[in-house]
Amino acid sequence: MRLLRIVPDDTKFDFTRFRRISFPISAVLTIIAILLYFYHGLNFGIDFKGGTLMEVQAKADAADLAKMRATLSTLNLGDVQLQQFGTPKDVLIRIGQQPGGETAQQEAVQKVRQALGDEVEYRRVEVVGPRVSGELLSMGTIGLFFAIGGILVYLWFRFEWQFALGAMIANVHDLVLTIGFMSLAQVDFDLTSIAALLTILGYSLNDTVVIYDRIREMLRRYKRLPMTELLNVSINSTLSRSIITHVTVSLSLLALLLFGGHAIHSFTATMMFGVVLVGTYTSIFIAAPILIYLGVGTARQESTEPDTTPATPVAAGARR
Amino acid sequence: MLYFSRWKAIATLLTALIVCAFAVPNFISEQTVQSWPKWAQRHVVLGLDLQGGSHILLEVDSNAVRKEKVESLRDDVRRVLRDARVGYTGLTTRGSSVEVRIRDDANFDDAMTKLRELSQLLGGLLGGTGQRSVDVVDAGNRTVRLTVTEAAMTERIRQSVEQSIQIIERRVNELGTVEPLIQRQGIDRVLVQVPGLQDPSRLKEILGKTAKLTFRMVDMSMTAQDALATRPPAESEVLYEGKKDPKTPILIQKQVLVSGEELTDAQPGFDQRSGEPIVTFRFNTAGARKFAQVTQENVGRPFAIVLDNEVISAPVIREPIIGGSGQISGSFTVESANDLAILLRAGALPAPLTIIEERTVGPGLGQDSIKKGKDASYIGSAMVIIFMFVTYGLFGLFANIAVAINVAMIFGVLSLLNATLTLPGIAGIVLTVGIAVDSNVLIYERIREEVRAGRSAIMAIDAGFSRALATILDSNITTFIAAAVLFFIGTGPVRGFAVTLGIGIITTLFTAFTLTRLIVATWVRWQRPKTVPI
Repeated sequence: MRLLRIVPDDTKFDFTRFRRISFPISAVLTIIAILLYFYHGLNFGIDFKGGTLMEVQAKADAADLAKMRATLSTLNLGDVQLQQFGTPKDVLIRIGQQPGGETAQQEAVQKVRQALGDEVEYRRVEVVGPRVSGELLSMGTIGLFFAIGGILVYLWFRFEWQFALGAMIANVHDLVLTIGFMSLAQVDFDLTSIAALLTILGYSLNDTVVIYDRIREMLRRYKRLPMTELLNVSINSTLSRSIITHVTVSLSLLALLLFGGHAIHSFTATMMFGVVLVGTYTSIFIAAPILIYLGVGTARQESTEPDTTPATPVAAGARR
Repeated sequence: MLYFSRWKAIATLLTALIVCAFAVPNFISEQTVQSWPKWAQRHVVLGLDLQGGSHILLEVDSNAVRKEKVESLRDDVRRVLRDARVGYTGLTTRGSSVEVRIRDDANFDDAMTKLRELSQLLGGLLGGTGQRSVDVVDAGNRTVRLTVTEAAMTERIRQSVEQSIQIIERRVNELGTVEPLIQRQGIDRVLVQVPGLQDPSRLKEILGKTAKLTFRMVDMSMTAQDALATRPPAESEVLYEGKKDPKTPILIQKQVLVSGEELTDAQPGFDQRSGEPIVTFRFNTAGARKFAQVTQENVGRPFAIVLDNEVISAPVIREPIIGGSGQISGSFTVESANDLAILLRAGALPAPLTIIEERTVGPGLGQDSIKKGKDASYIGSAMVIIFMFVTYGLFGLFANIAVAINVAMIFGVLSLLNATLTLPGIAGIVLTVGIAVDSNVLIYERIREEVRAGRSAIMAIDAGFSRALATILDSNITTFIAAAVLFFIGTGPVRGFAVTLGIGIITTLFTAFTLTRLIVATWVRWQRPKTVPI
């Protein structure tokens, strides 16, 4: 049986040369993402904004959105949004945070239940009071920083500090771009989004670490190889693995995106963007070449010790 | 790397087999499983988002607890001074302090000594820190200021939450719900999770009631209307009779004759004459004696049954009630009579509770989510399995076997921990399938490289494993750190994701380091391959 080779053997693509393009592009995209965050904002879900989310399903064949909107607008609940999703029967009702503290939120739900009566089935009701939403947001933010810090410390232990720093720059860049995407697409930003961001952080680093591992191995083995070439060889030799793994992860995510249902839709969409689009790009075009600027390998090239290792690693392997 | 001693191979297989076996109860009907020994019954618990149910986070009104604590200190001060026959003026509460002015200089030192006795050393966990319950200071001008310390307040709030949890447990259990979870969260919060409820309104109703029941006399010295127009007497207050519209005001004495704490039982029933729903109750001995005495002294006068500052009914005492039991009627429905009986049996909450978060999923949506989760898992896994086979052939098959065992082991560990499976949790498993094959990909790609570098088949396989494993460890630990953080900050469904992701990483490491290697090693021993078919 002939096996599938997505990436041909022995690619010798000059990835590091692209840093002159990829770095400015990433810088611009990062700035755009930050601007989006500040001027376009995130579509905070009730987890962080407080308020009420109700998922209802009409008992009739299709929900009469106009009628429901009219009914609910008489209740004086301020900002009420109705949105159809999935089948024509399903409606998502979002009610903004009610003034008047914790009990006011519950009263709003009660009012809606009375107004809509038995015409609909209540499939999901979520009410988050002002206190909890504030806490969830700070917990989420603290969690993200803790994860970044924890991973930084781990990488620092396992590699030199330049690697830890490089990985961090690359992956914070991933997070910023993903947040920019969420702002642009106005994805609901809630607790599952924090989960998505943390997972993106984990997987994106996973990828970076694989390339870094190879770079470290090469650094030990080939003392004379110029740094740019060493990076190129490292990226090229792990390229097949990077692509294949991203295909399998994409297949999993695709299944979740298409068949996993509404509840995890924004979660998988975010993951798809963060892990598949940004994560792979970053490891190859940012995380690896940034090591040049962080001074990895400079001390090594200055050393005057005699070096008996051959010039190119591929030839070296073949001769053994 | 390819050599496995016999016992090591057996240990590997046995571990995998045992862990997988723990997943078995999830796929067998509940009745069968129940006849098994306890340790074998452990299974995955479906999260509320999958089986439907309510997650309700309640907060104890700590301000009410603080206020009550200060007021009871004020009452203590009054009692102490009265017992010591010390004259005082202006006994007031301010924030968490009580201030009192002693009338005579001569008595001041005596009063200070007596009042200092109100302050006790705090016991329990704080014992030994020398913290006291009350700070007593001379505020000058013959004034004593007693302040409840923060430690004492915290202790009181903690106790209130403990009591509340017990009472909530009794109330929820009375509703006949299956496997409710009632848990303390933080300092002043209680989490109630009740699976399988279609409409949580009744549950919320029952949780939200303080259920302080008191029996008091109606003050006949003036009408309620007059009291509202002018000022009610110092010993009385105007309360309203609920249910009826417009609500009737009634002037009621503040003094409590008998309270709900002295009830031993309460049951819903029907009035024998009118047939309307009522609640019957029975007092304990002390309560019965008090109630008998009060009713004997007040025949012909009305008394009031007050629940949470709302008058349920105010009947006239026709004859002394000496049997220690009675009935409450007051335009109940069958359900509200039943609920009141539950509340009275469970007892009153020490402080009001507020719902600060509610998440309810109907059983219909839960069913849909399970189905969608299953679909996504099957399709996702199938695509990954096919892709791996197309890419690596026989070795892809090895990888697929390892992944299948991996997923079974995830279920086994989840069962062992009695962990909760949520929809994001299922997503975590699907992702693990995508990621678990990564360890195989790393190994196989390394083998391909070694083959290209000119090594013999066995040498290449050996080197592939030994070099890839370090990378696999490093790359998985970073993801594990993210999962761990998520576990600590997340709640409910998100925590479910963190759990499956974390467990998935551990089982992935296990299969990569032992199982995949064992499979490949066994194949190498049988086939003695000249070339590697990948």
